[in-house]
Amino acid sequence: MNSPTLTPAAGAAQTSAPRETAGLWRPALSLFVLLSALTGLAYPLAVTGIAAVAFPYQAHGSLIAAKDGKAVGSALIGQPFSSPRYFWGRPSATAPQPDNALASGGSNLGPTNPAQVEAVAARVAALKAADPGNNAPIPQDLVTASGSGLDPHISPEAALYQAARVARVRGLGQSEVEALIERHTEGRTWGLLGEPRVNVLQLNLALDALHR
Amino acid sequence: MNGLSPSVLAAGQLIVYLVLLLALAWPLGGYIARVFDGRIRFGAALEARIYRLCGIDPAQEMGWKRYALAVLLFNALGFAAVFALQLLQGALPFNPEGFGAMTWDSALNTAVSFVTNTNWQGYSGESTMSYLTQMLALAVQNFFSAATGLAVVMALIRGLARHSAQTIGNFWVDLGRGTAYVLLPVSFVVALLLAGGGVIQNLDGYKTVPLAEPVTFSQPKVDAAGQPVLGADGKPAMEEATTREQRLPMGPVASQEAIKMAGTNGGGFFNANSAHPYENPTPFTNLVEMLAIFLIPAALCFSFGQMVGDRRQGWTVLATMTLLFVIAVVAVTAAESQTPGYLTAQGATAVGNLEGKEVRFGINATSLFVAITTGASCGAVNAMHDSLTPLGGLVPMLLMQLGEVVFGGVGTGLYSMLVFAILAVFLAGLMVGRTPEYLGKKIESWEMKMISVAILITPFLVLAGTAAAVMTEAGRAGILNPGAHGFSEVLYALVSAANNNGSAFAGLSANTPFWNLLTAVAMAFGRFGVILPVLAVAGSLAAKKRIREGAGTLPTHGTLFVVLLGATVLIVGALTYLPSLALGPIVEHLILFPAH
Repeated sequence: MNSPTLTPAAGAAQTSAPRETAGLWRPALSLFVLLSALTGLAYPLAVTGIAAVAFPYQAHGSLIAAKDGKAVGSALIGQPFSSPRYFWGRPSATAPQPDNALASGGSNLGPTNPAQVEAVAARVAALKAADPGNNAPIPQDLVTASGSGLDPHISPEAALYQAARVARVRGLGQSEVEALIERHTEGRTWGLLGEPRVNVLQLNLALDALHR
Repeated sequence: MNGLSPSVLAAGQLIVYLVLLLALAWPLGGYIARVFDGRIRFGAALEARIYRLCGIDPAQEMGWKRYALAVLLFNALGFAAVFALQLLQGALPFNPEGFGAMTWDSALNTAVSFVTNTNWQGYSGESTMSYLTQMLALAVQNFFSAATGLAVVMALIRGLARHSAQTIGNFWVDLGRGTAYVLLPVSFVVALLLAGGGVIQNLDGYKTVPLAEPVTFSQPKVDAAGQPVLGADGKPAMEEATTREQRLPMGPVASQEAIKMAGTNGGGFFNANSAHPYENPTPFTNLVEMLAIFLIPAALCFSFGQMVGDRRQGWTVLATMTLLFVIAVVAVTAAESQTPGYLTAQGATAVGNLEGKEVRFGINATSLFVAITTGASCGAVNAMHDSLTPLGGLVPMLLMQLGEVVFGGVGTGLYSMLVFAILAVFLAGLMVGRTPEYLGKKIESWEMKMISVAILITPFLVLAGTAAAVMTEAGRAGILNPGAHGFSEVLYALVSAANNNGSAFAGLSANTPFWNLLTAVAMAFGRFGVILPVLAVAGSLAAKKRIREGAGTLPTHGTLFVVLLGATVLIVGALTYLPSLALGPIVEHLILFPAH
């Protein structure tokens, strides 16, 4: 298909294959080694060094330190809660346990999959069982699994939905709990990007701190 | 909370995104043009020494065949290195978790995947890959595959800009400059922005933290040898277990995340990719990542205009890309704002479709990311695409099927779009009966043959691969979701692999020999089956004389050509793929939202 009349350039360098590659091996190998060292070692190690100095908290995982200095979790990684005295987070589809940070991922269930309908029904039932009197619409983030399986946040609506239950079980005033939610609510970035959210682990740790 | 409606917020987000993108891409585009013209001299002395060390004569340019051979040789080395590192990682340093060798088929798939800029992932990073493999095998290929794309598009631009020339550049020089002057500085800045924004960056071992509330769960029972125990019914027996701790994976993530985005690679450090809070913790890091994906592809449009000496040509390509992009963003956002009926029927709020999404991103920031990652050949995901609504999943599939020309990958986006531009002038030439020309170059039969190969190879791989997968037991075994959605999983996998995207309907269990080999073939031919004809066109165009613009010349800038180019892309894509889309997402949409 490579007819010379159509392709003046194509006929220019007709040599046999071994001679073609002859001058290419040395540049290929040496550039490969040099650029690998630059991009695969020097670059990540330089960023690691700078981040360790400039952003030590973020670089090492945004760990929440208790009073004794020990880490009690990460502000970025969700933990599973199922007791009515805690706020519950996003359902997590990780295996074998929820919020397994060694196996991040979502359910990957499609919207027409019967398994998805059943999964949502089970979550609705669990929420109703924990708070039988609550007939408000259920914020959707409480019954759908997150993408990472480690989502640390719920929507403010999802927190408020659970406020009465948590207040009742803990013997707190509902307004006290709602004020706590308010304090832990983060808005959109620049009023525009992302969604308002509440960090569930930090909210629950603050709840526990109230009791002490 | 503020009172703005979701659609106003979505529009505001899109406008902010596009303004920032153009503001950053414009100067970068000029800089990239100077880099590849050899006018960036600050590293010249060091560069010269490296060339001597490597036996490279930067002044000696290559014809297209030698250039192509250099591309293939360098990428073959990359393949061998990634394959070997995965098999040897157990005996190498930077492996605090003591991960052993990958299986051969997974290692082969991953090696092809990262060399071809696809970054399809059959493995789960946090439980299989050592830090050394992540840095020296995977991150290095993130750079090299993007640098290869840059080099190829530069060769094509030179082919258009030059006349009566026998050469299209020196691959070694292009590769080195693209890596050191473009990809590395951009990644460095992005990495620091991400690290400051909360993305982790360390070489620590994995950490253990206590759970505030212990969790009880059931897991498959294993015997002393670690083999699953089968119950009386023949299924794996389950046992109750309780844990009071959470293991947190660590690693040099920010540096890898930066090039994963800026190189339009998309391979996540962790299985959940950019949905993982350690890869993408806030709406701000999400914005940085989205900008990083389109930054170089958008900048290259400006470089192109500058290098062919007619900036309007670059603007025209950019305008076509932007137009298609805005349509796609609106379509995904509208689709994901619909709440599937099974949710409202069970008393959940009608706030769209949140399954598989993260609360911090919600509908808008997820939908924008979906369109960007598949418009480009990135394939990073900040939500699980398998759980999108049917039409929300159709758009990313279509964006990939169009050949990833909506900004596209680093280099690949522009060269694929220029392939369509040449096709568009050819079609217009047929309509008016004149010899087509593009930028003063006559488009003749050899170019059109190569253009046809470049355009047709991916549909062939996708459709033949999909057919092979759905007709075989081994192919169907990977499917998670039943019915039309299961077909979509297969189609998406092949579309993603052949177009070197790398995102997935991840319910598909693709880490099997069948799927690893099938997608590896699709990725390799989808990559080099396009690069080779593009280089052939570059070589042939470089050799042609420039002809003067005449009264009958179709202007390839301006609104008319934007419409012509956009229509060519859409018509070729739609004609090729509508039947397969009808079997998957369209059927599923009609099931999920039945007409009354």
